[in-house]
Amino acid sequence: MDHLDKLEAKSVHILREAYAAFGNLCMLWSIGKDSTVLLWLARKAFYGHVPFPLVHVDTHYKIPEMIEYRDRLAMEYGLYMIYGENKEALDKGETFPNGKVSHMECCRLLKTEALTHTLNGTWPRYRLNLETGKYERDTDTAAYTGVIVGARSDEEGSRSKERYFSPRDKYNDWNLDDQPPEFWNQFKTDFAPGTHVRIHPLLDWTELNIWEYIDRENIPTVSLYYNQGDGYRYRSLGCAPCTKPIKSNSRTPKEIIQELKTGALANIAERSGREQDKEDGGLETLRRNGYM
Amino acid sequence: MEELLNIVTVGHVDHGKSTVIGRLLADAGALPEGKLEAIKENCKRNSKPFEYAFLLDALKYEQAQGITIDTARCFFQTEKRNYIIIDAPGHIEFLKNMVTGASRAEAALLVIDASHGVEENTRRHGYFLSMLGIRQVSVLVNKMDLVGYDRKVFEDIKEEYTKFLKKINIHPETFIPVSGMEGDNIAVRSENMPWYQGPIVLEQMDAFHAIPEPENMPFRMPVQGVYKFTDNNDSRRIIAGTVESGKVKAGDGLVFYPSGKKTKVKTLEVFNAPVPERFSAGNAAGFTMTEEIFVKRGEIACLAGEDAPCVGVRLKVNLFWLGKENLQQNKVYHLKCGTSKVEMRLERVERVVNASDLSCLMRQYVEKNEVAECILKLDRPIAFDLAGSIEATSRFVIVDEYEIAGGGIITESLKDDDYDNKNIRWSGDAMTAAERSRMLGHSGLVVWMTGLSGSGKTTTAQEVERRLVAAGIPAYVLDGDKLRHGLNNDLGFSDEDRKENIRRTTEVAKLFKDAGMVTFVTLISPFEEARQAAKAAVGNGFMEVYVKADLETCKSRDPKKLYEKALKGEIKSFTGIDSPYEIPKNPDLVLDTELWSEEECAEALYSAVVAKVKR
Repeated sequence: MDHLDKLEAKSVHILREAYAAFGNLCMLWSIGKDSTVLLWLARKAFYGHVPFPLVHVDTHYKIPEMIEYRDRLAMEYGLYMIYGENKEALDKGETFPNGKVSHMECCRLLKTEALTHTLNGTWPRYRLNLETGKYERDTDTAAYTGVIVGARSDEEGSRSKERYFSPRDKYNDWNLDDQPPEFWNQFKTDFAPGTHVRIHPLLDWTELNIWEYIDRENIPTVSLYYNQGDGYRYRSLGCAPCTKPIKSNSRTPKEIIQELKTGALANIAERSGREQDKEDGGLETLRRNGYM
Repeated sequence: MEELLNIVTVGHVDHGKSTVIGRLLADAGALPEGKLEAIKENCKRNSKPFEYAFLLDALKYEQAQGITIDTARCFFQTEKRNYIIIDAPGHIEFLKNMVTGASRAEAALLVIDASHGVEENTRRHGYFLSMLGIRQVSVLVNKMDLVGYDRKVFEDIKEEYTKFLKKINIHPETFIPVSGMEGDNIAVRSENMPWYQGPIVLEQMDAFHAIPEPENMPFRMPVQGVYKFTDNNDSRRIIAGTVESGKVKAGDGLVFYPSGKKTKVKTLEVFNAPVPERFSAGNAAGFTMTEEIFVKRGEIACLAGEDAPCVGVRLKVNLFWLGKENLQQNKVYHLKCGTSKVEMRLERVERVVNASDLSCLMRQYVEKNEVAECILKLDRPIAFDLAGSIEATSRFVIVDEYEIAGGGIITESLKDDDYDNKNIRWSGDAMTAAERSRMLGHSGLVVWMTGLSGSGKTTTAQEVERRLVAAGIPAYVLDGDKLRHGLNNDLGFSDEDRKENIRRTTEVAKLFKDAGMVTFVTLISPFEEARQAAKAAVGNGFMEVYVKADLETCKSRDPKKLYEKALKGEIKSFTGIDSPYEIPKNPDLVLDTELWSEEECAEALYSAVVAKVKR
C-alpha cells in the first residue's frame, strides 16, 4: 500500500464507522477540493452510492461556477443534495459586501448561523429534485446527529488538534479544552440528546495528498482551481468578495502537484487568500462557535 | 514509494517537548515562510520572550498559559520519508489527550528535563507507551544547557530510567542529550557535547522503522456493515470492513465469530479500481458471499483452517482509566472491541497498579489516570484475540454513558459457568478444537516420552498423570505394553510390525488429544525419523520429551530384566544392545533422571504440561 492507499483506507474506515453509528448522518459539501475528495471517498466506501444527504451552506456570494458544478455533479451521481441559507440576514442585506458588517460577522451570519440552523432543522432545507433539476423544500426536518466534514489538520492550528469524531454541544460549540480521548480506531459514537458529532475523515491528509488523489482517481473538480489562461487560479475557494485568486500557471492537477512540491507555493500558507483568518482569533474563534 | 511515519513526543510537563519539536521544524527548514517571524513579532508586541514551543502551541489558550493542552500534529519531511509529529501534552490533567496522540504513533520521543531528572509523568508516560503497544522509543535528555552539558547528569538519568523502562518491557533505541532552546543535537550536531557520539534527533527519527501490516497472521476482518444499496439496480450484498490482519481472496472459506456461521468468498468488491487478487491487512475491504447467510456488524470474519479467535463473556484485562467518574462494580458500561459493542460490568479488580512507581493497591474501583488488572463480564459473547497475538482484535475501549473512559488489552479468556453451560446451542456443526478447549478450560496434548528401556518414561508419566487428573485435567498414559494386549495383539516384533505399532499408537494418541486429554505415549521410539513422523501426524499439541539416562544406568536398573535377556541373546534387536538409540535433536523437554530425583522430574514435566494446555 502506498501513502494514498493508506490515507484512503483510513478515511473509508471512518466513513463506514460513521454510517454504522449515526442514524441521521449528513456530509457537508463546500464544493471545494477537500469535500469533493470526501464525496469521492464516500462513493468508495459504499460502492458508488452515497447513503446520506450532502449539505451545502449557500451564502449566495459563491462564485457562480461553483453552484453550476454542484448541481451538475449532484444530478450525475444521483445525490440527496440539500442547501440551507440565512434568509433573514440576506433579506436585510447584513453582509460584508454591503458594508453593513465586518468580515467575521458576515461569516458568522451567512455560514455559521446558516449551518447551525440547517443542521438542527429549524430553518428550511432545500432539496434537489433529481427529476426536474430544481430545489424544493425538504420534508425531512430532523436534526442531523452526525456531520461529516472535510477539515484537514495541516490547514491551521486549531484544526491540527481535531479528533476524527469530535462532539459539538447543543449550541453547536466545540469545547476544545476538554476533548474526549480517541485511540486504536475506536471513536466517539455515543452522544447525549441535543448534541451532535462532527466526523473528520480527512484529518491526516495534506493539501498535496488531496491533489495527488484527485490526479490518481481522476476526480472532477471545479475549473476555478486551474489557470484558464490569465495566469491566475484559486487555491482555496470561498465567497467571491473574500477569496482572491493566486498567481499561478497550473492548468492540471499534475501541474498543481509540481507547484506545491517544488514551485512557488512550497512555502506559502494555503489559506493566505482567505480574509476571515486574518482578524482577531481568526478561524479558531469561528470554529469554537460552530464553523467547519 | 513515499513512506509516512507517525512519531509522538511525550514526557513530564515543562520538560520541553514542544520546544524540541518547534526547534526541529525551524532548524530543518520545515516552517512556512514568515511563520517564525510572525510569532517572534507577536511575542515582542505582547512583551514576552519568544519560545519555539509557540510554533506548536497554536491555540490562544495554550500561549496564554504556556502549556500544551491538546495533541497537535505537524507535518515534516526528511530525505528519507514524511513524518507526522504528534506533540502530546505532559500535564497529568491531559493524560487522555496524551493517550489519543500516542495511540496514533509508531515511535515515540520521550523527553526528560536534565535539570529535574525522571519525574512522575516521565514514568507514567513510559508505562502508557508500553500499554498502547509502542515499542520504538528514544529518550531525549533535554535542557542540557542548564546543567552545563555535564555528561554525568546525562549518564545518571540514563541509568535510572533504563532500569524503570526495563521493568515495563521498553528497551529504548537511544538516549540523546539535547537542548531544544539552544538547538543542540536536534537537527544539527552539537559542539558542546563532544562526548556524545550517537545519533542526533533527526538521525534517530530516520532510524525508526515503519511498522509493517500484520499480513502473515490469521485473517481478521471485523464486520463494519452489510451493504445492499438497491439504487441503479445494484443487487450486490457486500460485507464491508477493514482487514486488521492476514489476507483473503475469492473462493476462501469463511467463518464468522462469535456466530460460527460459514460460507465462502464469492467476489472481492471495489469502486473505481481494478479488482485486486486479494485484500490484506490495512485494506478497507468488501466482498460478496456464495451463500447469503445472515451476518451482522460486530462479528469478525475469519478464514476456515486458520487459528480461530476466542469467543467468550468473561475477560481478564489490563486497562487504563481516563474517566472523570471511577470505574466501579454494579454499573453498566459498554465495551467496544473491533466493531462489536456490548454491555459490560466490572466483576473484580485484581489489582490497581501505580503507573509511576509500579506499586500495587488492592481495592474494588479504579480512579482516573490509573492502570489496573481487572475481570470484566459481558452480557453477550464477542470474538476477540489475546494480547501478544493480533493487536487490533485484542484491544478494547470502555464507554461510560456517552464517553470513551478507558481502554486496554485482553490477556485471558476466562471460563464462565452461566455462559458455558447454558448457552450451548444446537449448531449442527462439528465442534472446533477452539470451542472444546474454551469449554473445558484446557486443551489436549500428546506428550511423546522417548528414552532407553528403564530410563523412567512410564514411571514419570504415571506420576504426572495422577497429578493432572487431581488438578481437573484428564490425562492418560498409553504405554507400549497396554496397546499390545488389545488393539495391537496381532503385531509381533518384526521391523514392519514395530512400525505399525507406532503408527497405531500415534493415531490413538491423536484421537485422545482431540478429545481434550493429555496423552502420554511412552515408547522407546529410538529413531529420530519415526518421532518426527509421529509429530507430523499429530499436528498441533505435540510435545517431545527425552527421558535421559545412560545405558549403564538403565542396565543396572533393568526393572523388567530385559537387558539381561537381550545380553543372553533371548531378545533380538534390543535398543542399546544390538540396535542403536538416536538421541532427540530438538526435544521440547529433557528430563535427566541421573541428575534429578524422581520428584524433580515429575514436577518439571507437570509444569511444562500445564503451561501448554491451560488457557
